[in-house]
Amino acid sequence: MDNIFINIAGWIRDFIAGFGLSEGLVYLAMVLVKFVAVLVFVLLNVVFLVYMERRVAGFFQERLGPNRVGPQGIFQLVMDILKLLSKEDIVPAGADKLVYKTAAYVIFVPTMLVYMVIPFGKGMNVIDLNMGLFYILAVSSLTTLIIFMAGWGSRNKYSLIGGMRAVAQMVSYEIPFVFSFLGVIMLTGSLKLSTIVEAQQDVWFIVLQPIAFIIFLIAGNAEINRGPFDLPEGEQELVAGYHTEYTAGRFAMFYMAEYANLLAMAAIGTTVFLGGWHGPWLPGWLWFFIKMYILVFGQMWVRWTFPRIRIDHMMHFNWKVLLPISLANILVTGIGIKAYEMLRTMGWW
Amino acid sequence: MAIAKQEGNFRTQEFILNMGPQHPSTHGVYRAILTLDGEYVVDLENVIGYLHRGIEKLAESRTYTQFIPYTDRMDYLAGMLNNWGYVMTVEKALGLEIPERAEYIRIIVGELQRIASHLVMVASMALDMNGYTAWMYAFYDREKILDLFEMICGSRLTTSFMRVGGVPNDIPEGFLPKLEEFLKEFPKRLDDFDNVITGNEIFIKRTKGIAPIDGETALDYGLTGPNLRASGVNFDLRKVRPYSIYDRFDFEVPVGTNGDNFDRYNMRMLEMRQSLRIIRQAVDNLPEGSIMAKVPKVLRIPAGETYGHIEGAKGILGFYLVSDGGTKPYRIHVHAPSFVNLGIYPYMAKGTMLQDAIASLASIDIVLGEVDR
Amino acid sequence: MLQQYSGLGIYLIAAIIFPFIIVFVALILGPKRPNPEKLTTYECGLDTQGPTWVQFKINYFLYALVFVVFDVETVFLYPWAVKFQALGLFAFIEMIIFIAILVIGLWYAWKEGALEWM
Repeated sequence: MDNIFINIAGWIRDFIAGFGLSEGLVYLAMVLVKFVAVLVFVLLNVVFLVYMERRVAGFFQERLGPNRVGPQGIFQLVMDILKLLSKEDIVPAGADKLVYKTAAYVIFVPTMLVYMVIPFGKGMNVIDLNMGLFYILAVSSLTTLIIFMAGWGSRNKYSLIGGMRAVAQMVSYEIPFVFSFLGVIMLTGSLKLSTIVEAQQDVWFIVLQPIAFIIFLIAGNAEINRGPFDLPEGEQELVAGYHTEYTAGRFAMFYMAEYANLLAMAAIGTTVFLGGWHGPWLPGWLWFFIKMYILVFGQMWVRWTFPRIRIDHMMHFNWKVLLPISLANILVTGIGIKAYEMLRTMGWW
Repeated sequence: MAIAKQEGNFRTQEFILNMGPQHPSTHGVYRAILTLDGEYVVDLENVIGYLHRGIEKLAESRTYTQFIPYTDRMDYLAGMLNNWGYVMTVEKALGLEIPERAEYIRIIVGELQRIASHLVMVASMALDMNGYTAWMYAFYDREKILDLFEMICGSRLTTSFMRVGGVPNDIPEGFLPKLEEFLKEFPKRLDDFDNVITGNEIFIKRTKGIAPIDGETALDYGLTGPNLRASGVNFDLRKVRPYSIYDRFDFEVPVGTNGDNFDRYNMRMLEMRQSLRIIRQAVDNLPEGSIMAKVPKVLRIPAGETYGHIEGAKGILGFYLVSDGGTKPYRIHVHAPSFVNLGIYPYMAKGTMLQDAIASLASIDIVLGEVDR
Repeated sequence: MLQQYSGLGIYLIAAIIFPFIIVFVALILGPKRPNPEKLTTYECGLDTQGPTWVQFKINYFLYALVFVVFDVETVFLYPWAVKFQALGLFAFIEMIIFIAILVIGLWYAWKEGALEWM
């Protein structure tokens, strides 16, 4: 069971190699195959997450949530997709067409790029970059730029304010988000995600880096614009924020990207702090999946509990609370590692 | 438009943003023209009238009884209280005494309606800060009250329950046990609500000290009801000029200190608990007897002017009735609390942030049906 | 190494193609009945007044400047963190100095009021 997906990948690889291609081409073909696999995985999860969010919200709010279409309303998600895809595509006359359209086309790209390095199980990643974590940080912050493009290109005042807020959010929460990983990197000495997971064989980094984990959760929540940090969308004041003017397929892209980001953030958290695929009895990929969904549930819990934070409070909280704490965390981690080494060399450990 | 202004070394432009009539948090078809400088509201202009139905004019071609259903379409979140205000004015003009039991029933449904209306206010205030769960909590309880109304008059929202001279239906079987259950459950639910939203750090930070109104200004703008009391002015018609039989009940009038958004919100939370006390006493002392006074089939009010007012859910709800001695009113004017309260909104919103301006609008608790009539 | 990055290139291209498919499918499935009213900008049911692309007041301008400083610092911190254990005591002392610089920078920005929303 543990190697089921790796074996399937192996068969496909053998099949492709059977055409007599060179090794490099087989590798590239395999990347494409894995891309499709990841894409299917992400899309299935995204539609499920949309459904799950509604059911979870219903659970928290003492109501039922969607339960009419199919058993427990499970086909609601199919109907949602069909509905979104069968709407008319409207490009506002006043919009900056190039920027407006580009934003919708590229919003999903950074998210997909993040999934490229995530190890869903032992050896189960598309490409195991040796600077994986750094790569994740680099591509995930692109999202802000795209949201800003959408906000600016729509030529809608609500969208514009939403785009500006997205930038404000990125400007602040990027720093603690980046700093929260430093402690883990110091412990492992590698940016490679598979190495980071291997290092958690005995003890997960949530135990060694609890504060970093909390900082990661908060800053990560802000990075993906989910409540209480959903300022760029800010339904109550900005109607729908940066995607007010989008319809049909283009809106679907934003909608999917939002949930794909949520899942990506949970995947990163699982990989870096929750020990990735490690766990007893069950196969590794299942453990990864379970941990990921626990984090997703946590984020939904937070979203449906807290009111939206105000933008200046958000900035203050980040720069005056989170940033000093994350700096202190790095310092404490450094001292801790050195102290541990000293004790060990002196033979007291 | 878009005035470029020099500020330090940065040149920024103000821009105009329409909020409403089709906007998620304008509580109806209300429009505000905002002048924004970045996130800050520089100026705000109220635009009303999208829901104008000419109810006051319609009254002139309806008989006194026929006008009752129109009243609960004004403040559609507090139909009972609107009915009450109107029928009380007519009774005052006629000089009618209404039976004891009818008064008690009126008090029970009136206070239930006050709770329902306040629940909508606290819910929408939470929702305007994206507190969806709190919103759902409050609506769950409001549903219970509406169920009670359905039992007593068959209608949930636009109740048209009260008649000149009393109430049309006596308390139906099964109503009192259900009310008891509600009285028992509701305080716990309020505590839950407090846990979800009132004690929330983000909520407190976003409401305390935002858009404060001092007592003087509140009086200048003619605020009434919980909005006025939040500013520290202890004025509640139920205490100051007791109408109906409010002088028999033991309850307190919560008074705020700062007049900020939190106080306005908290007034509602505290008043709900006081309303529960009133209902409790009313249920305990509910007398037997008739529910309708002897009223002629065709109402003719002697020529003259009458003004009657009650403490509505949103402030003083007054009806000014001019009669020429006929079967129809010559003129009815309504002192609608929402309309008056909305007047202070530009003053509150100026200089605050866009997000807070939205919360301020929720905090003064307007119902557009009443603003436009 | 090179192979990995060529894989990344393929992956990127595939990721860019996918949204086009979705939008294309939506274009086929959806109705096409544009009218001028539909194409207007949404502003709560009314025509927009005044220009939209204004010199927007970004209150977080100074934050953004501080952000640039810190973001550049992270570029240095990452390689340092990777080699932290290998470099021994030297890295440890260096870290204290580096974080001290960061803290002083933050303190200075704080003191000068750069961390205030204006």
